[in-house]
Amino acid sequence: MSMKISTRQVDGITIMDLGGRITLGEGSVQLRDSVRDLLAKGQKKILLNLGEVNYIDSSGIGELVSAYTTVRNQGGELKLLNLTRKVHDLLQITKLYTVFDVKDDEASAIASYAHA
Amino acid sequence: MTGQQASRVTYTLDSSLDSVNKVEQTAEQMARKAGVDEDEIFRISMAVREAAVNAVLHGNAYDPEKRMTASFENTGSDLVIRITDEGKGLDPATLPDPLAPENLLRGSGRGIFLIRSFMDEVHFKQLHPGTELTLIKHLGTAPTGA
Repeated sequence: MSMKISTRQVDGITIMDLGGRITLGEGSVQLRDSVRDLLAKGQKKILLNLGEVNYIDSSGIGELVSAYTTVRNQGGELKLLNLTRKVHDLLQITKLYTVFDVKDDEASAIASYAHA
Repeated sequence: MTGQQASRVTYTLDSSLDSVNKVEQTAEQMARKAGVDEDEIFRISMAVREAAVNAVLHGNAYDPEKRMTASFENTGSDLVIRITDEGKGLDPATLPDPLAPENLLRGSGRGIFLIRSFMDEVHFKQLHPGTELTLIKHLGTAPTGA
């Protein structure tokens, strides 16, 4: 029922591989804390790989939005990678699909970040 | 479980995330048993989860003294799910539109919108105290929502 998070670095981008459920409680808190930790370490280019996320509720959607605005407000970039159809549909009906920068290929997602 | 008659099952639950998960799982099982497709099962169980979250979090505010009730009924033509809380009440007319540009980047406020998107009918009833949400999915109709 819970969410799994692992992080890796590719060309200065932090990729967070998420799996499971992002829902009220554990999943949302895990995501919030992980993004906060990355920002505290100065890692502001973040790519959330949602390919293994099989469920997200309104709280999880809200957490994605909060992560996006928090990173942006600190001068960073947060993008989404590999949306499942369910998550894609949810972002469509909530009109968030055009808010997020959504990628479906990791290499091109990495290349899309502004490199200093 | 506190009561059962015909095809209606009612649970009285404490105000916890475990209760939310139980209600969601029950909705999923009910929808699956009714023979609706996988996409509709997802929509129904998610709408019911959102209603339960609303009851536990916004209604009862995790108060251990307050209960949520959840009833599930397959009438043959409809799936009817009723979720009640013992909170201060909810006026749906006062909820901000989560699709409005000024609200798009808010971190919350999408639960009721998703419920309305995924169910065929949603009814609010003010209790004293609390709120009752009735969620209805017509059986045998084309999928709606996303």
